[in-house]
Amino acid sequence: MTIKESRPEVTAGATGTTPLLDVRNLKVHFPVSTGALFGRTTGYIKAVDDVSLSVKSGETLGLVGESGSGKTTFGRAVLRLLEPTAGQVFFDGEELTSLSNKEMRQRRRHLGMVFQDPYGSLNPRMTAGGIIGEPLKIHKLFSGKEDYRQQVGDLLELVGLSRTMADRYPHEFSGGQRQRIGVARALAGKPQFIVLDEPVSALDVSIQAQLINLLQDLQEEFNLAFLFIAHDLSVVRHISDRIAVMYLGKLVEISNYKDLYDNPLHPYTQALLSAVPLPDRALERKRERIILKGDIPSPRNPPSGCVFHTRCPMAVEECKTIVPTMREIAPGHQAACIRL
Amino acid sequence: MQSILKTNGFDVLRHVQKLAMGNAQKFRVFARRRTVAAIWLIVIGLLVLMSVAAPLAAPHDPYKPDFKKVTVGPNTDNLFGTDFLGRDQVSRIVYGGRTSLFIGFVSVFLGIGIGSLWGMVSGYLGGKFDLVSQRILEILMAIPGLILAMLLMFILGASVWTLIVAIAFTRLAFGARVIRAVSLSVREMAYVEAARSIGAPTWRVMAFHVAPQTFAPFLVLVTTNIGIAILIEASLGFIGLGIAPPTPTWGSMLGEAASNLEPFWWLVFFPGLFITIAVLAFNLAGDGLQDVLDPRSRGTLG
Repeated sequence: MTIKESRPEVTAGATGTTPLLDVRNLKVHFPVSTGALFGRTTGYIKAVDDVSLSVKSGETLGLVGESGSGKTTFGRAVLRLLEPTAGQVFFDGEELTSLSNKEMRQRRRHLGMVFQDPYGSLNPRMTAGGIIGEPLKIHKLFSGKEDYRQQVGDLLELVGLSRTMADRYPHEFSGGQRQRIGVARALAGKPQFIVLDEPVSALDVSIQAQLINLLQDLQEEFNLAFLFIAHDLSVVRHISDRIAVMYLGKLVEISNYKDLYDNPLHPYTQALLSAVPLPDRALERKRERIILKGDIPSPRNPPSGCVFHTRCPMAVEECKTIVPTMREIAPGHQAACIRL
Repeated sequence: MQSILKTNGFDVLRHVQKLAMGNAQKFRVFARRRTVAAIWLIVIGLLVLMSVAAPLAAPHDPYKPDFKKVTVGPNTDNLFGTDFLGRDQVSRIVYGGRTSLFIGFVSVFLGIGIGSLWGMVSGYLGGKFDLVSQRILEILMAIPGLILAMLLMFILGASVWTLIVAIAFTRLAFGARVIRAVSLSVREMAYVEAARSIGAPTWRVMAFHVAPQTFAPFLVLVTTNIGIAILIEASLGFIGLGIAPPTPTWGSMLGEAASNLEPFWWLVFFPGLFITIAVLAFNLAGDGLQDVLDPRSRGTLG
């Protein structure tokens, strides 16, 4: 199976309408404390630090970054599966971050999440039908037993499974099928927005393509907005309309997918892209690789100024002191770097 | 369960038959993998059968004194001999088992049940509730079970139900600590987060996603603790804090025998033997269940 290339071109910056999801200055800081009972907070891990971005209805925003960059934490904080330390999240004009827990639970019907681990994310003691039907039960979205069974069957077929599989348990499915069950569960409440947390990284490459096609079909059919978290840049490129790059809890670049790949601005994005293998061997040999030195610094004690300056090939003295902010470098193309 | 309730009598029979066949199959697998434990499980079954069918199993009336044959040693009519009032020892052990096992089962289900629920909630919620719960349980655990039960019996007064409550109270902490640990690890599973992501309220996450995972350790806890509960009941009976006479329990039979000037051996040996068998049976069957249900832990429960 090949990945479909047909997709409407979305030009970054062409807004006019209010975005479906609007995240403003989101921060997630985990306190680090010593001792168990009377522990003092000795510092904070800034997993997500002052990230703002928006997702339009029907759009896919890819979120990339290496391990420890805070992209998964960001996805969870947006859905309030983790309580953000500061910042606001607006969904469909309503501020999610100010809702009570009960109100938030009711809103979850319109917000979905697909998890990375197709094995751990399904309760081994529930049937596929029970897992998919749980959102229907929680939000009372069915009338009568027959309607419930009908809806669960429809959801199974929607994700390319057979409705006769409703009585099977998760261990009777393959990894790809399990992930489809996870997608069906996320779709059950008819959401407008789904966070996909590395939904394909645990799957075979051939299965990855199938799942991505499924997600694209579903997006088209229901006008879904996706926040697609991944570390595989080639996968992100295929599904995303816009792409955001995170490094050490901070957003460093955000742009239309085409501009980001053709003309990466931030030195970190450039390094990241140069690590993607090219299928053309001649091109691959000719290309200059930017190898970053060392590991990602500890978010407990992030570098001063620009957090990337310790590994940046373009760093100058000022980078150690000036904290760069996101600036529009080209139309719809923002980056956080003082050297641009 | 719903389907069972809604179908006709014939279907109910078929369901029961299927359930029984399924369990027989499971027992065969268990017997092959843990033969010793399976034998002790059968012993438990026999003890339970004996207690339930006490009126049929007992050859004599356990309460009827016969002053013509006081403290007679084992013979063909009274296999385990008779006591100071000439009551038949076999009958008294059968009826005593009924009391002892009943108290053991009910107190453990109550104590471990409530403790497990507490532990599950405490582990899942975490935070201050967990912190306070843990300290309370530690205080409970610091007092030896027998002394705690004695104290409660003094306060509550002696009856079957106060005895059950007293023993249940001593089991609380054991259930809570083990199930809390399970709950703590299940809480971190992705499917628990997934349940929260679809808007499941806390009670629902606990009831449908955490509780089912605690069932296997709960079963092991219940089995091993029944043995301990029987021992506590026997100890209380021995020192005269148990159920008031003439109701026989294994412990009080031992106590009566020991308080006499001349303890006849059959009055000590047979009740003691049954206490030993029952405690061993529940402990070893519990260990076997533990091994089968959780192949990772090969140790024994305390």
